[in-house]
Amino acid sequence: MRDDDAQRLPSGPAGVPRRAAGALESEVLAILREADGALSPGDVRQRLADGGHGDGPRGELSYSTVVTIVSRLHAKGLLTRNRSGRGFTYTAVDEAGLAASRMSRALGSGTDRDAVLSRFVSGLSERDARLLRDLLAGDPGPPDGDHVPAGGDPGQAAGRE
Amino acid sequence: MWLLFLPLLIPALAGAAARPLAARLEPRQATWLLTLAAVALAACSTAALALLAAYAAARLPALAAVGNYSQPVIRRGDPIPVAAGVAAALALTAATTAFAVMVRNRARALGESYRRAAGLQPDGGIVVLPGGSIEAYALPGLPGRIVVSGCLLDRLDSRGRDALVAHEQAHLSERHHLFVAVAMVAAAANPLLLPVRRAVEYTVERWADERAAAATGDRRLVARTIGQVALLARPRPGRRTAGVVLGIAGTRARRMSVAWAGPVPRRVAALLAAPPRRRTVLLVACAAIVVLTGGAALEAARDLHALVELAQAGR
Repeated sequence: MRDDDAQRLPSGPAGVPRRAAGALESEVLAILREADGALSPGDVRQRLADGGHGDGPRGELSYSTVVTIVSRLHAKGLLTRNRSGRGFTYTAVDEAGLAASRMSRALGSGTDRDAVLSRFVSGLSERDARLLRDLLAGDPGPPDGDHVPAGGDPGQAAGRE
Repeated sequence: MWLLFLPLLIPALAGAAARPLAARLEPRQATWLLTLAAVALAACSTAALALLAAYAAARLPALAAVGNYSQPVIRRGDPIPVAAGVAAALALTAATTAFAVMVRNRARALGESYRRAAGLQPDGGIVVLPGGSIEAYALPGLPGRIVVSGCLLDRLDSRGRDALVAHEQAHLSERHHLFVAVAMVAAAANPLLLPVRRAVEYTVERWADERAAAATGDRRLVARTIGQVALLARPRPGRRTAGVVLGIAGTRARRMSVAWAGPVPRRVAALLAAPPRRRTVLLVACAAIVVLTGGAALEAARDLHALVELAQAGR
């Protein structure tokens, strides 16, 4: 789900040297944090060109450079994106969300994550998924009466073990 | 000398009984019973191993000199083959090591969780994760936090959200993570108790499900929400089309296979069925077996003590 390809690029975005890329990233992030809503890479490029951020004189950045930068930021979890037409628009993740997602990832790297976190649902095998759909299909949906749904009594079912 | 082997045998029996018990007992009762039984049985089996090892150690001349008892008397009275004693000593070493490692791991993991929970600022009671993942969990802490991905919140209606939050809230307020941690430590000391640990992991989910059902007043709502989230959280793409096809094929397999299924279908089936009843007789019977096991371990210890006293008198 994460856009890892962007992260694995050996050199900076579209030939821009690494250090410059880091500076650009923080500049782009600042633009998105100050923006009122989601921005497309084109909007970001426009605002970069308008200046207001950064100091040194810089030539126009190509569209693909900006796209690379925002996808890297997205891969780092600093931006969220939404599909819009053929491309994406990006929004900066707020501080609390950042802390939470960092934590989620850190816990995810641990071997016994599930033992500490009480997750709402555990993994589902193909067979479990089939069974689950079956059970839910037997359920009449929003309450309309007191009749017992076709779920079966798990106690009785367990008795056949 | 069969008394010494009873504490080693009963945990295997408990392992076999854990899953049917988890399905039959009311979840709160089941959680308490299984957790306490796991601790008691792990303690008994470890004590039995220690006693077996002690019988072997008692034959060492050096110990006889220190303890000032007669070695020939011990040899004559010792009912345990030396090989069994040595095997027990090895098993005891493995058990205590595994126990210590698990205690350290659990303490670390919980400490980590508490620290992280303290650093999170909930927004209206829950912490919302950015990004496109389907995630929902309770993070133990003081206070604990409920963490849900924004993407999942968007997919649920308000009643589904209520059910989810009530479930996670129950995990935190009832401190379910402690039950699970204790069961994990017990199962580390005696691997025969692994099914009991898994059963505890299941019954705390059931406990939280029943609490969510009570809070929302709708068991089917909770069942549907669990099902919905579980299906959403699957990594496979194209789940919708596959679902239709498999849904038809699946009607043949039917519900008798629920008992063999993973935790999610069992939880859903339990919620769609009538609310669980308290089963005091079953509970008392199970507790009695555990107490008997403890008694057997104690009696065996007394036997060893008597033998050593005899050997001391025979000096």
